[in-house]
Amino acid sequence: MTGRLLSIFLILAAGAAAYLLFPYNLAFLTRILIMIVLVLSLDLILGLAGIATLGQAAMYGAGAYAAGLFAIHVWADPVAGLLAGAVAGALLAAVSGAVLMRTQGLTLIMLTIAVAQICAEIANRARGVTGGADGLRGIRPGKVLGLWEFDFIGITGYWYAFAVMLLVFLALAIIARSPFGLSLRGIHESPERMVAIGVSVYRRRLAAYTMGGAIAGIAGALSAQITQLVSLESFSFTLSAEALIMLILGGTGRLYGAILGTVIFMAVHHVAAANDPFNWLFVIGALVLVVVFFLPRGLVALPVSLKRLAKGGRHAGT
Amino acid sequence: MTLLLNIAVDGVAYGMILFMIAVGLSVTMGLMRVVNLAHGGFALIGGTLAHWLGTEVGLPFALVLLGAVAGTIVIAMPLERLVYRRIYGFGELQQVLATIGLTFLMIASVNLWQGSSLLSITLPEGLNRSVDLGFRQLTAHRALVIGVGALVILGLWLLLDRTRFGIRLRAAVDNRDTASALGIDTGRIYMLTFALGAGLAALGGILGAELLPIDAYYPLRYMVLFLIVVAIGGLGSILGSFVAALAIGMIETASRYLVPDMATITFFAIVILFLALRPRGLMGRVGA
Repeated sequence: MTGRLLSIFLILAAGAAAYLLFPYNLAFLTRILIMIVLVLSLDLILGLAGIATLGQAAMYGAGAYAAGLFAIHVWADPVAGLLAGAVAGALLAAVSGAVLMRTQGLTLIMLTIAVAQICAEIANRARGVTGGADGLRGIRPGKVLGLWEFDFIGITGYWYAFAVMLLVFLALAIIARSPFGLSLRGIHESPERMVAIGVSVYRRRLAAYTMGGAIAGIAGALSAQITQLVSLESFSFTLSAEALIMLILGGTGRLYGAILGTVIFMAVHHVAAANDPFNWLFVIGALVLVVVFFLPRGLVALPVSLKRLAKGGRHAGT
Repeated sequence: MTLLLNIAVDGVAYGMILFMIAVGLSVTMGLMRVVNLAHGGFALIGGTLAHWLGTEVGLPFALVLLGAVAGTIVIAMPLERLVYRRIYGFGELQQVLATIGLTFLMIASVNLWQGSSLLSITLPEGLNRSVDLGFRQLTAHRALVIGVGALVILGLWLLLDRTRFGIRLRAAVDNRDTASALGIDTGRIYMLTFALGAGLAALGGILGAELLPIDAYYPLRYMVLFLIVVAIGGLGSILGSFVAALAIGMIETASRYLVPDMATITFFAIVILFLALRPRGLMGRVGA
């Protein structure tokens, strides 16, 4: 329990420090927070339940469009919008997951990409509703909890995203220690044994995928409310791939690995992509190869890897 | 009736291209158990080399084709040695990540060299002429695509069924460890197969540039398409990839002719339905 409190304290301190140190970069910091929520959702699906997916952007985009449309046509309240996003993400995950969770390996990875592509195609076709390639405009979220208005500098946006991120983190920390979370870990490590002790692997995987979808939907909803724009890019493969890279960079299955990986990745991105997006692809490509070959367990395992390397272990981290 | 014939001809041409690009992917996945998302990158490299040889160096088309395919193979072989060989034993996810990283590097390199615009491949006069099929005109280029595709499947069949290399390759696909224990140099087979697959991808990429235009983002844009061919055909099955590529060519062409607004969605719906019913594909040798 003290560990939990300590991690909350550390996250709060980091959030406040970032706020004080970079007061002119709040939009970028908020972007990081939103990505952390998305990567956390991936950590539940991939790190905990071991479901390899490259289509997390599908649920993110669904949440973004749902929250955007909800704010325009129904109710501008941001928290209700988050719920709308979560429901949309969960619904999409449940429906697509019902088929996806029956497959595994290459087929699963490919189909998750395909689902995101179908969503992008639908959003592109339904111009009348989504604005097509121009993006969904005119989202005007109301005051957060009726108290704080979204301001021009982004102070409200930052703390709003921070609060949501912290809540998601805590919820996932509780889920990870719950019997359900433990059974997911079991499925990750040996599906056969879990079947043998009477667990319905398919149902648990589907439940995990749906929960992850809801959280990804929340991330999308956050981005729709704070940037006040939803574009087709929300469904892009690059987004799914980058989220995966951030998670692996930080380390899977530990939650704080998701935070660490996202912060570092986004910071590098901010510096490297400022000049040229294609040079950024060089950086990210090399970064991925380095992580896969030298840091297979991510940055959170770096101290252990170094220790082993110093002892003369041949392959660090394995 | 004409409509059906049109769909058949265009679908076959499209299917042949998909087959040429995807067959290498299927064999390497079946043989080395590598989830190789960078495979489309070899078609991109081939296409870029062809663009360069054709427009900047100014070689005739036959030499362009030869040079670009050879160039791609020359790039693919050390890549197999240096990168792929190390990831064979990794988990699926690590393989996916490593090959995504490679794809990004390929995209960035092509962009650095040739920019991010469309890379056209100049065709000789003769290939732009049309051939009269009675019910429609067909460009000589498309006829060439179908012809080369047929030659490739024939050549692959001969190679696999009639040569010593083919026997060893099939043995290695069926059981890598046993094949290795029997004294087959699996490392060499891996490299040759990989090079062959990359070369075919380059060939397909160049010949198919009319249908799948080449630019730096090519490998990402068509990644799912190639993976679908492999997943439907079944990992490691050449005949499976061939049938799947033709079927996918037909289905996609048909949905473009019949329901142009819903083409992509119809296509994906059919694919997902099929894979949900048969997760191992048409004739998969290896569980995915």
